[in-house]
Amino acid sequence: MEKTEDKNQQQEEEQVVNPWEVSAKDGGKIDYDKLIDKFGCQRLDQSFVDRVQRLTSRPPHVFLRRGVFFAHRDFNDILDAYERGDKFYLYTGRGPSSEALHLGHLIPFMFTKYLQDAFKVPLVIQLTDDEKCMWKNLSVEESQRLARENAKDIIACGFDISKTFIFSDFDYVGGAFYKNMVKVAKCVTYNKVVGIFGFTGEDHIGKVSFPPVQAVPSFPSSFPHLFSGKDDLRCLIPCAIDQDPYFRMTRDVAPRIGYHKPALIESLFFPALQGENGKMSASDPNSAIYVTDSAKDIKYKVNKHAFTGGQDSIEKHRQYGANLEVDIPIKYLNFFLEDDVELEHIKKEYGAGRMLTGEVKKRLAEVLTELVERHRRARAAVTEEMVDAFMAVRPLPNMFD
Amino acid sequence: MGYSKDQLLARLKELQIEFSQYEHPVVLTVEAQAKYVGNMGGVLSKNLFLKDKKHRYYVVSALADTKVDLKVLSQRLGLGKGGLRMAPEEALGEILQVPLGCVTPFAVVNESARHVSLLLDQGFKSQKCCIFHPLSNDMSIFLNAQGLDKFLKSVGRNPSYIDLEANPPVGKDQPPDLAAFVPSDSPVLSDLPEKAPPSQDSTGKSIGAATNSAAVTAKAVKPSGNAQNVKEKPVDSVRPSIPAADAGKFVEELLDRASALLLSEISEDSIKQHGGQLGDEVANNIKKCLREDLKNLATIFKNTAYTEGFYAGTRYQPKRL
Repeated sequence: MEKTEDKNQQQEEEQVVNPWEVSAKDGGKIDYDKLIDKFGCQRLDQSFVDRVQRLTSRPPHVFLRRGVFFAHRDFNDILDAYERGDKFYLYTGRGPSSEALHLGHLIPFMFTKYLQDAFKVPLVIQLTDDEKCMWKNLSVEESQRLARENAKDIIACGFDISKTFIFSDFDYVGGAFYKNMVKVAKCVTYNKVVGIFGFTGEDHIGKVSFPPVQAVPSFPSSFPHLFSGKDDLRCLIPCAIDQDPYFRMTRDVAPRIGYHKPALIESLFFPALQGENGKMSASDPNSAIYVTDSAKDIKYKVNKHAFTGGQDSIEKHRQYGANLEVDIPIKYLNFFLEDDVELEHIKKEYGAGRMLTGEVKKRLAEVLTELVERHRRARAAVTEEMVDAFMAVRPLPNMFD
Repeated sequence: MGYSKDQLLARLKELQIEFSQYEHPVVLTVEAQAKYVGNMGGVLSKNLFLKDKKHRYYVVSALADTKVDLKVLSQRLGLGKGGLRMAPEEALGEILQVPLGCVTPFAVVNESARHVSLLLDQGFKSQKCCIFHPLSNDMSIFLNAQGLDKFLKSVGRNPSYIDLEANPPVGKDQPPDLAAFVPSDSPVLSDLPEKAPPSQDSTGKSIGAATNSAAVTAKAVKPSGNAQNVKEKPVDSVRPSIPAADAGKFVEELLDRASALLLSEISEDSIKQHGGQLGDEVANNIKKCLREDLKNLATIFKNTAYTEGFYAGTRYQPKRL
C-alpha cells in the first residue's frame, strides 16, 4: 500500500508516542525497539548497569537491573565526565494535572532519588503548572494548588532538601530562566515545533510557545542561585520516553547557544492494571494503584482488576503454565520486587504452572502495600513549611556532598 | 485584639485607597443599612459567614441583589450538596472578630481569619462604588473594587472574583470549579469553646505542635482510605509515627526497628543453622534489610530539621549595629 500521507501526520497503523498521547498500534503493545529507532536514542545495555555499579559502589537500582530505564542519550558522556571528577545535576519534573498520584507517576521520582543518592548530585524538579493550565484548561489557581499538592508527594519520595530545588513555572519563570527561554525560542522555527509536537492552526499560542519552558531547566544558567559560575555543568534528565521530543528539540538547540546537550535516561511506560492495551486514566480508579489506596483497596484492585496470563482452569494452568508476556502481576513485580532471586523463582514457577495466579497476586499485593504505606508515612511528615523550604529560591551549598 | 474600625480606616488612608465613610446608628441587616445609606450612589453588599462540615470558614461577599444559593455554592466548592451552613455566632467573634451583623471582607485583616476563604462577587468589579462595614456596624464605607483589591493585597490576600450566580454542572468529568477556594490548611477549631491548637498553619506554630504531639500520640497512622484525605490537613490525632525533628523519638524508632528485626532473626532454627556464625549472619541481614528504610527515616528527619531552620532563618532579625 502506498504511503500517501505526509510524514508528519500520524498514520493509523503506527503507534503514537508524544508528551500528550501514548497509544500502541492496533491496540497492541508498544514496540520499544521501533521507538528507539524512530526517536534515535540508544539502548541501555548491561555494560552501563555494571559501570554505574562500579562508579557508585552500590548495587544498581532495581529499575536499572530490570530494564525499566532502558534507553538513553549521552549517558556514557555523563559517566565519563563523572569518572574524571566532573559532576552533573539532575532535572526531572511533573505536570500537575491531578491531585491523585498513582504508582506510575512515582517511577521517575523513585529512580531520580536513587540517582541523587548514588552519585551525590543536586536536583531540580519542575512543576509545569502553566502547561496543565493551558492543556487541561484548569484555572491558574487550581493548577498552582495542584502543583503544591503534588510537590508533597514528590517530597515524600525521599529527596534530600539540602540538594533539591522544586519550582513551579508560575512562580519561577522570569529572570535568567526567561532569558534562556528566549534564547531557545529564537532557535526553533514555528514549522519545526509543529513538526515535533503536531500543533495545528487551531492550537492557541500558549501551547506553541510552551516547549522552551520545559527545555531550559537543562541549562545550569537558568538557576543562577544554584549554579552561578558553573556554566559547564552537565545535566541528566530521567524521564519517561514520551518526553523525548522536548529534549530532542533542546539537544538540537543547546550547541547553538553555547551549552552542553542534556543527557537523558528514559523509562518504559507503566502498564495499566487491565493490561498493556488498557489505558491508565484518572477517571477510572481501578486502572491504577494510587498512593492513597488502603491495603484493602490494593488487595481488591489486584485481585479483581489485574489482567493475568494465567490459564482458565487450574488443570490447564498446571499443564501450560502462565503467559508471562501479558501477565500484569508479573510485570508489576518486575518493577517493584527488589529481590532478584525471588522474582526469578516466581517467574519460573508461575511460567511452568506450578505456582498459581492467586499466589502471585498475593505477593504483589504485599509488595505494593508496603510501598504505598511507606510513601504515606513519609507524606504525612511533609508540612506546608517543608514545601515552602523545598521551593524557596535559596543556595544549596552542600549540593555535591 | 482584633483590628478596630479606626485602625482599618487609618490603614486605608495609609494605602492611599480612595474611600468615603458615613456614620449611622448600629444596623444589623442590609435592609436597615439601606435606610441610611441606600440612596448615596453606592451599591450595598450582603456578606455571609459560612462554615463547612470540616470546620473551614468562608466569607461570601456579594452585591445585595446577587442571588447566592448555598446548595449550588457548596457543590461548586466540592463539598457536596449540603456542605455549607451559616457559621455559628460564636465564630463571628472568635474568627472574624466582628460583631453580629457586621460580616465584611475587611475582617480578613485579622490574624484569626487567616484561613477563612474569601469569595467575592464579580459584580463588584463593574460598580463605581460598593458599600461595606469597616469592622463595625455603626459605619459604612464606600469604595470601588480596585480599592478593595489594594487592601486585600496589602494583607497578603489574592483577591479573586467569581460569578456567584453561575450554576455549572459538577460531576465525574466536571470537577467543582471553585475547589481552589477551599482552605487547605485550616486550623483545627472544631468545637469553639474548647480551643484546640492549630494542627498546621503557616505562622509556624505547627513546628512546635509537631514535636509536642509526636510525644502525645502513639503508634502508626490510621491509613486514610481515599484521595480526599490528601487535601485535608490531618487533625492532631493522625500524626505520623515518624517523629518530626525530635532526635530522641527518631533514635527510638530506629532502635525499635532494629531490635524487632534482630529478634525475628534469632530463633531455634537459625541458631541450629548458623551456630557460632549467627552473629555475623544476623548482622548482615539487619544491614541488608534495614539500610534503605533507615536512610529514608533519616532523610525525613534531616528535611524536617532543615525546614525548621529555614523557617527560623526567614524570620530572623539581624543584629542592630
